[in-house]
Parts: sequence; structure tokens; C-alpha cells
Amino acid sequence: MHPALSVIVFTTLSGIGFGLMGLLGIGFGGDTLAFRWTAVVLAYGFAVIGLLSSVAHLKSPARAIHAFSQWRSSWLSREGVLSVLTLGVFGLWALAFLFMDTSIGALGIAAALLALVTIFSTSMIYAQLRTVPHWATWLTSATFLSFGIAGGLLLLAWLLALFGEEGTRRASQFALVALLVAWGVKAAWWRRAAKATLISAGSGTGDATGLGRLGGVRPFEPPHTSPNYLMREMAFEVGRKRARALRRVAVWAGAVLPLLLVLLATYASLAPAALLLIALLVHLAGMLAERWLFFAEARHAVASFYGIGQADGAVSSRAML
Amino acid sequence: MTTLPQTTNKKLGLVIDLDVCVGCHACAVACKEWNTGAYGAPLSDIDAYGAEPSGTWLNRVHSYEVKPEDKPAQIVHFPRSCLHCEDAPCVTVCPTGASYKRSEDGIVLVDEDRCMGCGLCAWACPYGAREMDMDAGVMKKCTLCVDRIYNDHIPQEDRVPSCVRTCPANARHFGDFADPDSAVSRMVAERGGYDLMPEQGTRPVNKYLPPRPKADAMPASGGCGSHGAQAPATPGGLLGWLDRALAVLD
Repeated sequence: MHPALSVIVFTTLSGIGFGLMGLLGIGFGGDTLAFRWTAVVLAYGFAVIGLLSSVAHLKSPARAIHAFSQWRSSWLSREGVLSVLTLGVFGLWALAFLFMDTSIGALGIAAALLALVTIFSTSMIYAQLRTVPHWATWLTSATFLSFGIAGGLLLLAWLLALFGEEGTRRASQFALVALLVAWGVKAAWWRRAAKATLISAGSGTGDATGLGRLGGVRPFEPPHTSPNYLMREMAFEVGRKRARALRRVAVWAGAVLPLLLVLLATYASLAPAALLLIALLVHLAGMLAERWLFFAEARHAVASFYGIGQADGAVSSRAML
Repeated sequence: MTTLPQTTNKKLGLVIDLDVCVGCHACAVACKEWNTGAYGAPLSDIDAYGAEPSGTWLNRVHSYEVKPEDKPAQIVHFPRSCLHCEDAPCVTVCPTGASYKRSEDGIVLVDEDRCMGCGLCAWACPYGAREMDMDAGVMKKCTLCVDRIYNDHIPQEDRVPSCVRTCPANARHFGDFADPDSAVSRMVAERGGYDLMPEQGTRPVNKYLPPRPKADAMPASGGCGSHGAQAPATPGGLLGWLDRALAVLD
């Protein structure tokens, strides 16, 4: 699948933003006003920049307002409705948090639940597609949710450290656990994706055309002389070329280095604010590589009509480090 | 509404006969011609006269080589377009309500005034039936020539989809699959018409008729190269008499 930068930024940043909203909502906050303002602004910033970025890949963005109308059937519409609801409920909670020095428990928990459901509906935009065997699994939702929470915790830990808040150590410990869990889920996703080919899904060229019952099928003449929308969008070839290198970037920058940096910050107490900031930034870079591969390595059933990549899985897990 | 109708009164669609299709691409060209001047935005071409021409088409004709184990390879031409699925995933994923399936005849259409060009419907379709128009910024797909089939201003024989009307080999047929006695339904029953990618759960309306078994095809060991190795048949007539006469002397 074509890895559009706008959609990569959308899924990573909005996940972290909603993750932080949820954590603040259930009481992971600090005491200083400076922390509170920065945390609320950053949570909004990540979520809103992510959502705006998603608008950038629309061909007719002026009609995006209609996207709030089909929540009965469409996960993409649900994602739009839920993100606006989450921003609203979190906004109400944040008003009390910032101006009245109180955390309204019920409102905070509602915002946290909405944030989780929003990340889940983002994941379902992809997990619902039977046409893309890599994505069509509950593990896709588990990946998006666990990375949203882990990224949110990393951001929270850095903010708490920055303003010298008490909860720094606890948030860092939670971030360590969340990172390990998220990468465990991702490893399981990758192991499955290595085998989830179009052929294993029963959508190879012979199956797609129904001609497989007669014998071996291979493309003889293409239907058009140069690549079309379908091939650019759904039989994307370029991104797979560097899949092994990108997999290493994702694992080192997304998992190994942030884990080491958070460990140092938490247990050696070496300039925790600086170390946690570096951990967060390195993790973000790793997540961009992870999300690039999520799109670029995925194969769409329509590629089978063109005889492209029917047997391609994700890069084997042996290439991870 | 992007929820699907429970049932449709008619199930209009196409039968494509892979035994008959000669791969001439006339259906694709006729489709492009009609749908550029009809329903919705014209089907644009980008860099039409340049090095990398690319455009929006609602029908694409692939050609495959099929190699049975014990027979020579054969070529099968394979037109690919929207199958107007009963469980159309392209409709339910649409966030704006632009994609819909009509309850009266089952045709799947795009309301271009609501389409924001997100492309998710094209991702949801396993058949590559939807192509984004890069000029208009909206999703295009086969309309089953909805502006021909009900059109009182054109002669009765033209009230079929443009691809069907133009096919010189009669490989494409249009009709109502909800009626078991319709010509298309009978054809599917007689010839073993099949669904594309049934594993996707889309329940396509359009059906494909498989190439007929090539009963008279030469065995795999035959073919051009083996002519010289054929055992000489016993000739008849004058040659036969000569043959027998010479056999006496042999």
C-alpha cells in the first residue's frame, strides 16, 4: 500500500495525543500550573496536528464535513465523530483542571475511555479491510492502542520530569512497561504478517481470476501501458526495497534506545528531563519507520490481478536487530 | 446512506464470457467514451501525450496465460470492472455517504458532490473497480451505464451498458440476476458462472463464465515441433493402391 506521509503522521501523532489525554484524564497529572498548561496544550497539539494531517491526503478536502455523517456503518466516520467528542469532553475536563484546580473524576474517565475508543476506531479503518491480509487482524488494533498508550506515557514522563513533578518516576516505570508490551504486540503482528500473504489469504492470481481451477495462471499482457492509480496506491513497490533497513530503524529507534534512555533516566537519575526528551524524539522517529512499513509492506488483493507480490509477507522477524 | 439495503428489487449486472472474449479492449474504450460525456465528472487523462500517460478507466482488460498440467497453455482475456456486490465493502467504509447501493436495482454509485476523495473505498474493494480521478478529485466507478439503461430518448437496443452494446464478440451480457428466468441467470446456471474472490465475502452480482474445456486441443506432447514425428497414416485412393502394390514387392 502507498505509504502517504500525511496518514503516517496522522496515525502516530494522534495516537500519542489521545494517549496523553487518557492518562491525564485518569489522574496521571502533576501539581504545577506550568505542567498542566504544557500537558494540555501538547495533548491537544499532537491530536489536532495528527487529525489535520489526515485531511492533507484528501483529494477534495472541502467536502470533509460530510465525513461526520456515516457513523452507523463507517469506521472512518466513527473515528471523525469520536475524535471531536474526545477533544470536547477532554476540553471540559481541562477547563476545570486548569482554572479551578480540580480534576473532575467522571469527566476525566469519560475522556480517557473516549480517547481509547478513538484510537481503536483509527485502527479499525485498517483492520476492517479483508483486502489487505497484513492488516486484517485484531493485532492491528492492539498495536495502535498499545503504541498510543506507550507514546503518551513517554510524553507524560518527560513533561513531569521537565517541571520537577513527583510522579516522574512512576510515569517512567509505566512507560517502560508500556513500551515492552507495545513492542511485544508488534513482534506478534510482524510474525503473523510474515506469513499473511495474498496466496495464504486465498487471493492469489489464480484465485482472483477464478482461472486457477484450469491450471497455473500468469499475467501475459497488462491492461495498460504505464502504472495507474491502482498500481500506485495498492501495488506500491518502492517502499519494500529498504524494508530490512527500516525494520532495524524501527526497532532500534522505536524500542531499544528509548528503553535504555528511560532506564537511565529512572534508575541512574542522570538528567532525566533531557534523557526522557531524547527518548521521546527517538521513539517518534522509530514510530515513523514502523508506520511506513505498516503501509509499504502490506499487499492488497488487487495486486494479484497484476501478478505482483502474491507471495510477499512482511520481512522475517529474524531481520529485526 | 452507506448502510447496505437488505434486499434489492432487481439485481442488475453483467455476465462476462471468458470463453468468447477476444481481448480487443473495445468495451474499455466504449466505456471511457460514454462515461466521459455522461454521469458525473469526465474520466480524465493525465500526461496523455507524454512519457507516462495515466488516466481514469472503469474497465480494464487483462490477458493471462493459463497452463493446465497435461495440455498446452491457453490465453484467457479477462475484463475487470465493478461487480456491484450485494455486500459491497466499498459502500460501508465510505465516511461521507457518497457511496451507496440502490435498493431498486442494486447498482452501486458514487454521489460525487459528497465524495471527499479519501480513497478508502478503493482500498476496501478487492477487484480494483474504483479509480480516483486525479483531475476532479473524486472516486470514479462503473455506473452500469445508469444513464443509458433507463434512457427513453435512445432506441431500445441501446438501453444496455455501453460495454455490452459495443462488444463485437458478444462476450458481455446485461440483465437481472434476481429473476431466475432471465437470460443472464440461465447462462450462469448452464455454464457454471462463478464469483470472483468469494473468500472476500462480497457476494458479487456480476458473474464470469469459465473458458470451455478445450476437448480438441492437442496433447502437451503434440504441438508444432512434433509434426515430423507423426506416424505416416495409410493413404487411400490411387496412392493407397500404389502403396499396397509396392508392399507386395517389399
